[in-house]
Amino acid sequence: MDKLDKKIINRLQKGFPISDSPYAEVAEQLGCDEATLIQRLQSLLQEKQLTRFGPMYHAERMGGAFSLVAMKIAAEDFERVSEQVNGFAEVAHNYQREHEFNMWFVLATESKQRIDEVNAEIEQLTGYAVYNMPKLEEFYIGLELQVS
Amino acid sequence: MKATEKLQTLDAADDHEYIDAVDRRIIVATQSGLPLVPRPYDAVAAEVGISPAEVKRRMQAMLDRGIIRRIAAVPNHYRLGYQANGMTVWDVPDDRISDLGKMVGMLDFVSHCYHRPRHLPGWPYNLFAMVHAASRDEVMQHVEHISKLLGKHDRGHDVLYSSRILKKTGMRLKD
Repeated sequence: MDKLDKKIINRLQKGFPISDSPYAEVAEQLGCDEATLIQRLQSLLQEKQLTRFGPMYHAERMGGAFSLVAMKIAAEDFERVSEQVNGFAEVAHNYQREHEFNMWFVLATESKQRIDEVNAEIEQLTGYAVYNMPKLEEFYIGLELQVS
Repeated sequence: MKATEKLQTLDAADDHEYIDAVDRRIIVATQSGLPLVPRPYDAVAAEVGISPAEVKRRMQAMLDRGIIRRIAAVPNHYRLGYQANGMTVWDVPDDRISDLGKMVGMLDFVSHCYHRPRHLPGWPYNLFAMVHAASRDEVMQHVEHISKLLGKHDRGHDVLYSSRILKKTGMRLKD
C-alpha cells in the first residue's frame, strides 16, 4: 500500500458524492486522475484492504430489523450449532468469542416479527437458549481508521 | 484513529420510513457495492431501468432520511493493523445510560456503542462499545480509559475477543 492508497482509504471513509462523475471529483481532491482512483479502488477491494465500497444501508429504516443474539454452547456441540445457525439466511455475521457466551451473531431481517421467529426456530433446532439483545439506543459515531 | 463525524443518537424503536419498490431495486443493485465506472449512478440507473437523475434523486433522499447511513469505503480492520477488536460490555445505571453512552461513543477508538438489554442473572451488561486497537494490551488501556470515564457508574465490565469468524455475509435483500 503506498501513499495514494492511504489517502484514498482515509478520504473515502468520509463519504462519496452523488453526482454525474463522482470519481473524477474525488480524484481531483486527492490529486490523481479518475482512472487511477477507480483502478486503485479495484485493487484495494480485491486485496481486501477494503471490505466494501458503496452505500451503507440502515436496516431498521428500510422497515427491517437487526438484532445481536448470544448463545452459550458446550464445546462438543459448537461445530454442529454453528452450522445450524449459519444455515439461516437471516444470520448476517457470526463470531465465536472467548467467553461463556461464546457465539454472537447478528440477525438482519426485513421485519421485526421475523427476528422473533428466527430466534424461536434456532432454539428449537439447536436445543440451546438464545439471548436476544436488540439495540435499545444507538450512540452512533462513524469511526475512521486513519492509516499513516 | 480519529473520529470526526457528528454524533447522532438514533432510537431504533420509532421513525420508520419505509422504502418503495424502486428504492428497493436501487438497494438490491448497490448493496454489494457502487459500480467502479466513471459514471456509477448511470450504471445503477441502467440496471434498475430508471433515469440517472431519478437514481441520484432517490439516493440523495435515502441519504437525507438516514436509510443510507453514508456512501463510503469500509476498511478491513485486520488488514490495516487494528488486529485486536474487543467487544467491551458495561453494567451502568439505566437512568444514566443515555449520557454515558454518548460519552463513550465519542471516544476515538470506539466504533459502535449501543444500549442493549440485560439478561439477568447471567448477563448484567447493558452498554456495549466496540474497541479497535493494534493489540490486546492496547485494548486493555482503552478499557481502563472508559472505566475511569464512567467512574462510579462502572458497576462491572468485561471484554470479549472474537476468536473466529463463523460467518460474514452482511445484510442482503433478496432479489
